Amino acid sequence: MQRPTAADPRDLRAPPRRGFALSWRDPTVRAVFWQIVILGLVGAGIWWLVDNTMRNLEMRKIATGFRFLEREAGLPIGESLIPYSPADTYFRALTVGVLNTLRVAIVGAILATVLGTVVGIARLSKNWLVAKCAAVYVEVLRDLPLLLQLLFWYALLQGLPGPRQALNPFGSVYLSNRGIKFPWIEWQEAHSAALLAFVVGLIAVWGLGRLFVARQMATGVRPRLWPWAILLLVALPAGVWWAMGAPFTVDRPVLRGFNFRGGGTLTPEFAALLFGLILYTAAFIAEIVRAGILAVHQGQWEAAGALGLTRGQQLRLVVLPQALRVIVPPLTSQYLNITKNSSLAVAIGYQDIVSIANTTINQTGQAIEGIAIIMLVYLTISLTISLFMNWFNARIALKER
Amino acid sequence: MHTAIRISALAFALAFPAVEALAQQSPTLDGIRARGHVVCGVTTGVAGFSNPDSQGIWRGLDADGCRTVAAAIFGDANRVRFVPTTSQNRFPALQSGEVDLLYRNTTWTLGREASLGFQFAGINFYDGQAFMVKRTLGVKSAKELDGATVCVQPGTTTELNLADYFRTNRMTFRPVVIENLEELRAAFIAGRCDVYTSDASVLASFRFTQGPNAELYVMLPEIISKEPLGPVVRKGDQRFFDIVRWALFAQIAAEELGVTSANVDQMLTSQSPEIQRLLGVTGGFGQMMGLDNRWAYNIIKQVGNFAEMWERNITPMGVPRGINALWTQGGLMYAPPIR
Repeated sequence: MQRPTAADPRDLRAPPRRGFALSWRDPTVRAVFWQIVILGLVGAGIWWLVDNTMRNLEMRKIATGFRFLEREAGLPIGESLIPYSPADTYFRALTVGVLNTLRVAIVGAILATVLGTVVGIARLSKNWLVAKCAAVYVEVLRDLPLLLQLLFWYALLQGLPGPRQALNPFGSVYLSNRGIKFPWIEWQEAHSAALLAFVVGLIAVWGLGRLFVARQMATGVRPRLWPWAILLLVALPAGVWWAMGAPFTVDRPVLRGFNFRGGGTLTPEFAALLFGLILYTAAFIAEIVRAGILAVHQGQWEAAGALGLTRGQQLRLVVLPQALRVIVPPLTSQYLNITKNSSLAVAIGYQDIVSIANTTINQTGQAIEGIAIIMLVYLTISLTISLFMNWFNARIALKER
Repeated sequence: MHTAIRISALAFALAFPAVEALAQQSPTLDGIRARGHVVCGVTTGVAGFSNPDSQGIWRGLDADGCRTVAAAIFGDANRVRFVPTTSQNRFPALQSGEVDLLYRNTTWTLGREASLGFQFAGINFYDGQAFMVKRTLGVKSAKELDGATVCVQPGTTTELNLADYFRTNRMTFRPVVIENLEELRAAFIAGRCDVYTSDASVLASFRFTQGPNAELYVMLPEIISKEPLGPVVRKGDQRFFDIVRWALFAQIAAEELGVTSANVDQMLTSQSPEIQRLLGVTGGFGQMMGLDNRWAYNIIKQVGNFAEMWERNITPMGVPRGINALWTQGGLMYAPPIR
C-alpha cells in the first residue's frame, strides 16, 4: 500500500469532530448502557441472595451476626502460641487457630524451600546415584495424595512407644507417641530483649552494607563489613542479655504422672502435618528449581568462567539471579498451596483455623459467619504472600532500560 | 472436608429460597410423603445406636427411632433412608434440609434450641459423660487424671464438659481433637492419649466392639454431666415435631401398658380405654396429627415398644437399663397420657 505523503491534502484536513449525542447509534453510549445494565444485574443478584439468606435465617430461627465472638468458647485447644484457656472468648480461640495455621505455613514454606532447592540441584547432579535418588523422591512424593501422606505420618508417629517407654536417643530428648520432647531454655525478658537487639543489629548491618557499596562506587575501596557484623549480630545481643542479668535456665522434660512435664514439645499432630506438607511441597519446588537452573543458558556459565569468577561466584552472581526470575512466580503458587493445604490438618487433629472455626460453627450454629471468617483468613494470608512475592519478583526482574 | 461441602450446601439452601414451602402446613411432612421415605441423620457408626450390620442394614436404638417415624407416617418402618453424619456436619445437614431429622446421640441443650433453630422432640436415652482409660494405666478415678492427654470429638457437648470438669477440679489436660470417630479411636488405641471421653453409652459401645480386647479398657466411675439424647427436628414445623415426639411416647406408653409387637394384634380387642386410644381403636388421634389412626399400632407392630427396642440394641452391650427404666420402675422414662 502506498503511504500518503506529508503533502497529501487529506492529512491536513482535521478529522470530523464527533460531538456527544445521546443516541443509540453512538457506540460509547451503547457501551456505557450495557455496562450499567450488567453491573445492575450483578448488584441485584447479590442483594437478592443476601436478602433471601437473611430472611430464611430469621424464619428458621438461626442466630446471625458476629456477637458470638465475644462469648466464652469453652473449647479446649491442644497447642497454642499464645496463652489460651477454655474460659477465653471465641475470638481468642479463632486467633489461636490463625496463629497455628501461620505457624505451620511459615515453617513449612521455609523448610520446603530449603529441601526443594537441595533436591532440585541434586537431580541435576552428575553423580548418577544422587540424581536418581532425587528423581525417585520427586516422582513418588508428588504422585501420592497429600491426605494419604498426612495419615501415614500420623500413624507412624502414633506407633512410637508410650511416654513411660519413650525412646531416648541422646541427652534429654525423648521420642514417644506424645511427641518429641526436648530441653528448652526458660524464656525470660532478657531473651526477648536480646532477640530484639539481634533484629536491630540485622537492620543496621543491612544499612551498613548499602553504605559500603556506595563507598565502593565512589572510592573503589570497599570497607570490611564482617567486623561490624560480628559486633552488631553477636556482641550486641549478648551484651544486652548480659546487662539484664544473663539468665539461663534449661527446662528439661521430666516424666511425671502420665506424661513429660517441662521442656519444648513437637506434638505428633504438628509434626505429621509439617513433615507431610514439607515433603510433598518440596517435591514440586525441586522441579521448579531444576527448571529454573536449566532455563539459564550454558553460555552464561562459560562467559562467567571466562571473566575469572569462581564456580560459587558464577552460581551466585550470574546464574542464580537469572534462574530466580523463572523460579519465583511458580514458587509463589507453591507457597499459596502449602498455606491452603495446611487445612487438611482437620484430618489428623491439628487445630488450625479450619478446625477451630468448624467447631465454633458447631457450637454456635452460625455457619455463614464461620465460613466467612475462614475465607477472610485464607484470603488475607494468600494475598499477603502474593503481594510479597510480587514485590520480590519485581526486585529481581530483568532491569530493562 | 465433608463438613465444608455440607456447610456450603447449607449456605446455598439458605440463599436460594424455599419461601413458599415454609408457608404451608408441614413442609417436612409434605416432602417426606412426596419422596416416599424419611431421611434420617444417624452417626457414622456407634454400635447399639446406629451402626450398619454385615448386610448393611442400620441397627440400633437411634436407627429404630428413625423407623418409628416412618412407621407412623407410611405404616411401613422400612421407608427410611439413613444418612451418616459426623459430630460436626450433623447440624448443617439438618439446617439445610438434607435430612428430615437427626436421631444421632445428640444432647438436648438450651443453646441448641435457642440459637441453632432446632427443637428436641424427646429423650430416648438418658446418658452422661464418662472417661475410659487403658487398664494398664492403673487409674481408678477421674480425679487422678491431672496432666492427662484426652481424646475427644470436636463440636460436641462432651468437648465443653471436659474443659469445665478439669477447670472445676483445678487439673490440667491436653486435648487431642479429631473429628473422624474411627481416627479418634485409633489414636486412643495407639496410645496417643491416656483417656477417651464421650457419653457412657458411646464408650460402652466402643468397648463392646473391641471384642476380646474389651478387657484392656476400663470406664472410670465418675459421670461428669447430664446428656439427655434424643431426636432433633427443625423449629417451625409443629406437625412433624409432634409426630416425632409422639412416636417415641407411643413406644414408652406401650411398654407401660404391656403392649408388645407380639401381642399388639390381640390388644386391638382390649377393653382398656388407654390401650384402645393408643392403638387408634377409639379417639382418632392419628387423624388429628395428619396420620392414619393406626399410627401407633404400626410402630409397635413393626418396631416394638421401648423395652423391646432396648433389649434388641442396648442389652447385648451389657449396659443396664438404669435411669432409662420406666418411671414406674424407678427410671425416668415417662410418657404423657395419650388422650
